[in-house]
Amino acid sequence: MSGSGVAAVKRVFTDLHFCLNVKDAAAALRMVNKAATLGYGLVAVPFATEARVDEVAGLRAVCGEAGVDFASRVDLRPRTQNELMRQVRRLRRKFEVVCVSCENKAVARQAAKDRRVDLLSFPLLDFRRRFFDRAEAELASNSLAALEVDMKPLLVLEGPARVRLLSSLRREVAVARKFGVPVVVSSGVSKELLLRKPREMAALAFLFGLDEVSGLDAVSQSAKAIVERNRAKLRSGFVAPGVRVVKEGRDC
Amino acid sequence: MKRVKRRYLALQLDSDGVPSRKEFLDAIWGAVTKLYGEHGASLTSLALIDYDLERKTAVLRTSLATLNLVRASLASITSVAGSEAAVHVMAVSGTIKALHKKAR
Repeated sequence: MSGSGVAAVKRVFTDLHFCLNVKDAAAALRMVNKAATLGYGLVAVPFATEARVDEVAGLRAVCGEAGVDFASRVDLRPRTQNELMRQVRRLRRKFEVVCVSCENKAVARQAAKDRRVDLLSFPLLDFRRRFFDRAEAELASNSLAALEVDMKPLLVLEGPARVRLLSSLRREVAVARKFGVPVVVSSGVSKELLLRKPREMAALAFLFGLDEVSGLDAVSQSAKAIVERNRAKLRSGFVAPGVRVVKEGRDC
Repeated sequence: MKRVKRRYLALQLDSDGVPSRKEFLDAIWGAVTKLYGEHGASLTSLALIDYDLERKTAVLRTSLATLNLVRASLASITSVAGSEAAVHVMAVSGTIKALHKKAR
């Protein structure tokens, strides 16, 4: 209990882009153990759109073994708005996190206003196709989408490419914060040595304008809220936000 | 003159190789210089207080004002002496005595 009488809530650190090789269980277990050692309590693993149920269940078991909560994620790369709508309709109820890689402006705008989309991601190296501007942020602020920032390019890039990336990220994060769009910082790595502690991720987020608290929120609360919201929606009793079936039958 | 506040960082090196003290320090300076330039690096007052080759742990000193800068630089290290590596901050403290207590 803190001095103000409010119980301090422990952060559950979350990595929403934890890349694992689904076919190599041993390597996956090593990575998940490493994530647990570094302090992560929840990881979301991206799957192909045609992922089998047993693949997802297998990785869920691996994460359970390491004591890390698991969420399934799908990355959509539609070329048109219609394709995006089709894919979201088909896959939304199969995965806990839906991320849209926005390859063009039309898709970016549609993804930002679609309440079924959780994360907006933009091409890392093609700076002309990073469409997260004020209009995009305004649309996203009225829906539930968050801006995803992967840390992998910040670690592997060097020189002018990293400078340009940092500059773009700083601008986008400032716009997102102005419009109240959540920022989610995730790793996007598939190698153990590129994994960083949550606090180190927050330290890296300092490079593009997130202060310590916002940086920690980006690897905990903002990310976890997405998973919790979707888990609630995927439960059988869910009717609408705030409405769920408590009891069914004649004696109600 | 105002006293400069310092912070000590307990570091854990995660790497396949075993870099020497100089190689480790070079990697840290390299990361700070790459991210913040020579001017930024000069503000950090970095000093490697202790380096345990066997346990791959180290104690680094920096000024409080540039703690965030140093943390970001340490997180950006991906290789030390040519082999892939990561440097994790285990604890941060104002004194070495408290640092050892925290890092334990």
